[in-house]
Amino acid sequence: MNKQERKYVFPDLAFMEFLTAVALTIILIVWALLANAPLMEIASPARSENPSKAPWYFVGLQELLVYFDPWMAGVIIPMIIIICLAVIPYLDRNPHGSGGYSLSLRKFAVINFIFGFSMWAILIFIGYFFRGPNWQIYLPWESWEQVKDLEENLWSLNPVIGLIFIAAYFCLFMILPGMIKKDFHKRYGPIRYVIVMLALASMYFVPVKIFLRLAFGIKYVLVTPWFNV
Amino acid sequence: MWRFKHSQIYKSIFRHGYEDTKENRIRQIRSNIFLHVHPAKIPEHAMKIRFTWCMGGITFFLFLVETVTGILLMFYYRPVPEYAYLDIKYLEFDVPFGVVLRNLHRWAAHLMVITIMLHMLRVFLTGSYKPPREFNWVVGVTLLVLTFLLSFTGYLLPWDQLAYWAITVGTNMVRSMPVIGHEGPFAVVDKYHDVRFMLLGGTEIGGNALLRFYVLHIMALPSAALIFIGVHFWRIRKDGGISRPL
Repeated sequence: MNKQERKYVFPDLAFMEFLTAVALTIILIVWALLANAPLMEIASPARSENPSKAPWYFVGLQELLVYFDPWMAGVIIPMIIIICLAVIPYLDRNPHGSGGYSLSLRKFAVINFIFGFSMWAILIFIGYFFRGPNWQIYLPWESWEQVKDLEENLWSLNPVIGLIFIAAYFCLFMILPGMIKKDFHKRYGPIRYVIVMLALASMYFVPVKIFLRLAFGIKYVLVTPWFNV
Repeated sequence: MWRFKHSQIYKSIFRHGYEDTKENRIRQIRSNIFLHVHPAKIPEHAMKIRFTWCMGGITFFLFLVETVTGILLMFYYRPVPEYAYLDIKYLEFDVPFGVVLRNLHRWAAHLMVITIMLHMLRVFLTGSYKPPREFNWVVGVTLLVLTFLLSFTGYLLPWDQLAYWAITVGTNMVRSMPVIGHEGPFAVVDKYHDVRFMLLGGTEIGGNALLRFYVLHIMALPSAALIFIGVHFWRIRKDGGISRPL
């Protein structure tokens, strides 16, 4: 980086920051004048809200409650997301595309990240705008007065078949990338490769499970005495 | 005025004048405690809005807005079930601009969740987590989690139906944590010793839960966030400023 391309922080950047802060303050004040933060009646343990929605940034997880057990939707999945996010820099060995927008150099990383990011946004969107009483699907203009049928015919896979399905699913993630791109495995090294593929398999399992539930009414893929998936 | 500017008092506070020289531009950054987190000079590229979208800075500014409005709200709010809701009503109807103050606190928090997510997206898309910035990405993920926790713990405080049942949903999920939740798989604790009990200070949402969420919201989590923000910013400097093409 040569010297000519450097600029003084004062006043250029400092003023830009100042102006951004002023603009943001104005936006916030106008917003706060126009829209009131929600406030309902006083809390009452005796009267439950239906639907009782979590704050919007958690509605995505709440939406997952339809498809997963609470400990999966509320604990395991968020924990996997946080841990996987944190270890990204240690898994991504691609030396290209640092410090600039560079989809072409980092297709694999960017596509998978955007997939996860969009899934988060879409789940929030559905949970926030398309769910009504009893967490049933209601279009935004539909009245919540009309109670929808709760009836659902759900079934779970036989544990043996479920185990085979899960094993096959994860094996697919271990084998497929190696078949598509030969040097994939070499570039990552065995441990890193397994971690990356496990993470991706876990992420894509969410839409797979949603699909299985919606298309075939499958409640659990794998049922065990200790936990269900 | 001229005399005052040359007095010992003025000079002890403001150490240099306004003249637009290279030297003074550098001193303006270096001798100011609020500005000195910046380097004196940065690459032109790092100043482009198209590159950063200003999202990190905006997130930090929103954190400051939350701190200021939060402290002001503390003057009017008592974290006790008997008073909490009434204090919010009092803010709404009796305190001059009280409702605006509360709105600011709430909307800035919502915006902060959005901007921190967009900041993370930007950092990812520009590959800015790559060496030597790996650890700062981890610090950033910690700040993301803290932001969610701050938002979550703030939710119960108005003590209305929305707050109560949102927290019910949240803590019911905690109830089913593996091992440390009493309804989760491999549970080793009963409902009086599990992680939900620890969070709520009881088995139900009540006065203890309100106090715990309050203390977490106003002290524990903001302090943690402040420390990590400090590390985050310090690391940016130590890692050679914000990322740029190699």
